[in-house]
Amino acid sequence: MQKRNLELAVGIFVALGLGALLILALRVTDLGTTVGRDGYRVLAHFDNVGQLKPRAAVKVSGVTVGQVAEIYVDPETFDAVVVMRIDRRFNQLPLDTSAQIFTSGMLGEQYVALNPGGDETFLAEGDTITITQPALVLEQLIGQFMMGKAAGDE
Amino acid sequence: MTEILHALGRTGIGAFESLGRSALLFLYTWRGMGEVLTRPRLVLQQVYATGVLSLVIISVSGLFVGMVLGLQGYNTLVGFGAEEQLGVMVALSLVRELGPVVSALLFAGRAGSALTAEIGLMKATEQLAAMEMMAVDPLHRVIAPRLLGGIIALPLLASIFNTVGVWGGWLVGVGLLGVHDGSYWAHIETTVDLRDDVVNGLIKSVVFGVAVTWIAVFEGYDTVPTSEGISRSTTRTVVHASLAILALDFLLTALMFD
Repeated sequence: MQKRNLELAVGIFVALGLGALLILALRVTDLGTTVGRDGYRVLAHFDNVGQLKPRAAVKVSGVTVGQVAEIYVDPETFDAVVVMRIDRRFNQLPLDTSAQIFTSGMLGEQYVALNPGGDETFLAEGDTITITQPALVLEQLIGQFMMGKAAGDE
Repeated sequence: MTEILHALGRTGIGAFESLGRSALLFLYTWRGMGEVLTRPRLVLQQVYATGVLSLVIISVSGLFVGMVLGLQGYNTLVGFGAEEQLGVMVALSLVRELGPVVSALLFAGRAGSALTAEIGLMKATEQLAAMEMMAVDPLHRVIAPRLLGGIIALPLLASIFNTVGVWGGWLVGVGLLGVHDGSYWAHIETTVDLRDDVVNGLIKSVVFGVAVTWIAVFEGYDTVPTSEGISRSTTRTVVHASLAILALDFLLTALMFD
């Protein structure tokens, strides 16, 4: 009886420990989220990606439909190329969908917002989104504002 | 003057000698691990003594540490209007640093001191010598299962600490202070990485488990077999293990998160 109790207690302890680890892996990291895990890849060229990072969200009307897989510089045009992985469930995005980089809140993370167009054909694996708008860079914005102000004064 | 130099030299030599003895103990003990694997019940008993019996202190501390992180983090973050990020702050501090370190410190106090006292008393009452008389190697029969048991128990305890802590932060942040439930979890999920954060934290607690149990069994095995000697060894276990944990943590953090 003593032996069985010991085994039971250790068994419960090990199960608790492994369970806690599993919860950490599934609940705390992004292993549990399925959006964008397997899906089709779409490219987009941006003049400037700002603070966008891999694993950032890709949203349509605010709903997450995928995530940024990788970001690199095009060796010929020196544009930033953002590779997005979009969930299979959202495979009916029109070909003339446009992409913009937004920030969620003042200090939030940046994400890619897709605005569906009206084309009859849909985006598929490896397609490139041609209509893009770069991330707003605060310094540029302030610079433009100051220039505009100065020009207006004359 | 020469007396002082003599004393200094004696201390230095003594420190190096005990370092060498502990290395030898570790080596011989690992050699006996094969023997231990054929008798898993010995390890089971040690996982019970060090792991199961530490469960209450670990989970209660985890809860309070998580709750304090939630409270302090909220007060700081709300100034930037970034209280949505509370979950990230709580989860990252726990998984990367506080979980492994605090649970190892508690483990050193709760289980390490008990190990030293037990083995020390075995030595003082000549149980270890009696084993050797019967051609049973105490390093294999007594030390090895305790070392292995501690190394198994601590990472599991640290994982429980982390999970309870994240939940404690949620309890204060979402339940008490009104952070949005969805954003608490969503920000954690997008920021915390399995390999970089969770696995690295786990590696840390395995290293701490080796260090703490090693120091504990060595201090017990190396004790001066008197009641005063055992009390000194027990104190030394807690002090040395705590210092080792903090120093190793700095080292591991510098290596892992550059």
